[in-house]
Amino acid sequence: MRIINRRPSRVTALALGMVPFVATIVTYAIASHYRRLENPADKLLPSIERMGEAFWRMAAVPDRRSGDLLLWVDTFDSLWRLGTGMAVSTLLALCLGIAIGFIPHVRSTLAPYLATFSLIPPITILPILFITFGLGEVAKIALIVIGTAPVMIRSTAQAVLDIPREMIIKAETLGASVWQMITRLVLPQVLPKLITALRLGLVPAWIFLISAEAIASTTGLGYRIFLVRRYLAMDVILPYVVWITLLAFLLDRLLLLISRRAFRWHHLGSDAL
Amino acid sequence: MLKSIAKASLLAAALTMPLSVASVQAEEKKDFKVCWSIYVGWMPWGYLQDSGIMKKWADKYEIDVEIVQINDYVESINQYTAGEYDGCSMTNMDALSIPAGGGVDTTALIVGDYSNGNDGIILKDKAELADIKGQTVNLVELSVSHYLLARALDTVGLAEKDLTVVNTSDADMIAAYATADVTSVVTWNPLLSEIEAQPNATKVFDSAGIPGEIIDVMMVNTETLADNPAFGKALVGAWYELMSIMSSDSEEGIAARTAMAEASGTDLAGYDAQLATTKMFYTPAEAVEFTKAAELPATMKFVAEFLFDKGILGEGAPSPEFVGVAFADGSIYGDANNVKLRFDPSFMQMAVDGAL
Repeated sequence: MRIINRRPSRVTALALGMVPFVATIVTYAIASHYRRLENPADKLLPSIERMGEAFWRMAAVPDRRSGDLLLWVDTFDSLWRLGTGMAVSTLLALCLGIAIGFIPHVRSTLAPYLATFSLIPPITILPILFITFGLGEVAKIALIVIGTAPVMIRSTAQAVLDIPREMIIKAETLGASVWQMITRLVLPQVLPKLITALRLGLVPAWIFLISAEAIASTTGLGYRIFLVRRYLAMDVILPYVVWITLLAFLLDRLLLLISRRAFRWHHLGSDAL
Repeated sequence: MLKSIAKASLLAAALTMPLSVASVQAEEKKDFKVCWSIYVGWMPWGYLQDSGIMKKWADKYEIDVEIVQINDYVESINQYTAGEYDGCSMTNMDALSIPAGGGVDTTALIVGDYSNGNDGIILKDKAELADIKGQTVNLVELSVSHYLLARALDTVGLAEKDLTVVNTSDADMIAAYATADVTSVVTWNPLLSEIEAQPNATKVFDSAGIPGEIIDVMMVNTETLADNPAFGKALVGAWYELMSIMSSDSEEGIAARTAMAEASGTDLAGYDAQLATTKMFYTPAEAVEFTKAAELPATMKFVAEFLFDKGILGEGAPSPEFVGVAFADGSIYGDANNVKLRFDPSFMQMAVDGAL
């Protein structure tokens, strides 16, 4: 049988999926072991036990200065910023995306501007953001919105344009108003794609969140990482990175699940990663 | 499955070899690398490399020394701590918290200068240090700025809990000061003079108030130095040759300072202004005297207590005395069985005696 037709069983698939993860951990453990042979207090690649201890300290032992459980405070604040930013981006994508995709006059007005605006790397105009939004929460959320909304708006508008012309003509023939077409025809087609855009938007959103927190902050996952980087505390940084990855993964899966439950018709066709 | 794990670990071992051998091996060697970052007192390192003075001294001891500039200060210390470099310019405080706290035995080879006004606290529309109470203060947390703030607050009977510290990247400090909600900052030169030049800014405290506590040092790996005295001699010899050139107002001295000024993004006048708030030890005798002085152990005690208080003195440090610091007279602050930072003026003494 040809290799493209050989399918792994469920157990094999699971085991195969584990291999790269195990290999990474083993690689790390070996490298860490050799470095610690030379210097038992090596900071660059601390042992897995030490990272476990550090993670426990961040998650369960109140901080000496503030008395807070740092990991949970950081996680809550970061997720709040991320959530607010993505909520604003999603709302913008929905409203502007449908307007641009469905109404030619709006499209002519906004599409070229948006295409240009989405190409500006937001980090490069940070000082302007500071002066406009201050150094507080608003600036961080604004950075996430500016970084993610333009692309999300464009992909939503594209999803509207991709609706088969025949369907729109049919709706018009049946006497639907513009508003009826938006609610009954466009929304069901676009919402699942909006969720896909949101899932893809989360990737840059995390990057902008961490950068915003690195610049000026008192809490947050990015703040903590850049703070302890000052003394090379990889035993705190690496578990935080794993934690962020886990949070991002769970958010992504949650959105996929929502999409599958809420928009069954969209997932009838093919496999989704 | 088992086979693939075995294969993976073999591959892993092969891949990780470079990572594990990158650290400094204690043995006699010929090629050395030191790193530095942009700061008024460290600009001579770049000039040593460019002018060929370093090469001259390295050739004299039949070794090779490469001086590398790294754009990010913390990154340069991290690289040194990870073993990529044999030496690195840093402050006494960062030397204690990063390499020494991380178990890398480190020696202060050349005590170059101390900050004498290069670090300061600026308030917007306020004139007294005591007015800082209740404000949010933007600074690079856990840096010498943070230390300066803690020492300054002591002088007016305040503590950090009386205000809110906001960690702010030094790259964005000037832009941050321009926003309405930033009312006080702690930072260093050249940012300090840039912010102080704003009409509503008042400098209420600077490092001239705690002279000799923020020390800029060329730190080298103790084992490497012990196995290769030539490395120490070459660095010290080259450094003090340049110091005597740099401190003079001869044509050569002005040319050297102009080159350093340009490399740090300012002009001769700007660089001289920064030097004015830096107490440079132009002669080895001054540096030796400073290193042997009784004030140094007291300073390091303050620093260790500050670091411990902030929870950054090594992994699970049970007390400020967790990391030992050895001084010129052989006395030790902290744990004598865990001495990781050494102030050793013997190489600078050789420069005094003309023995290089």
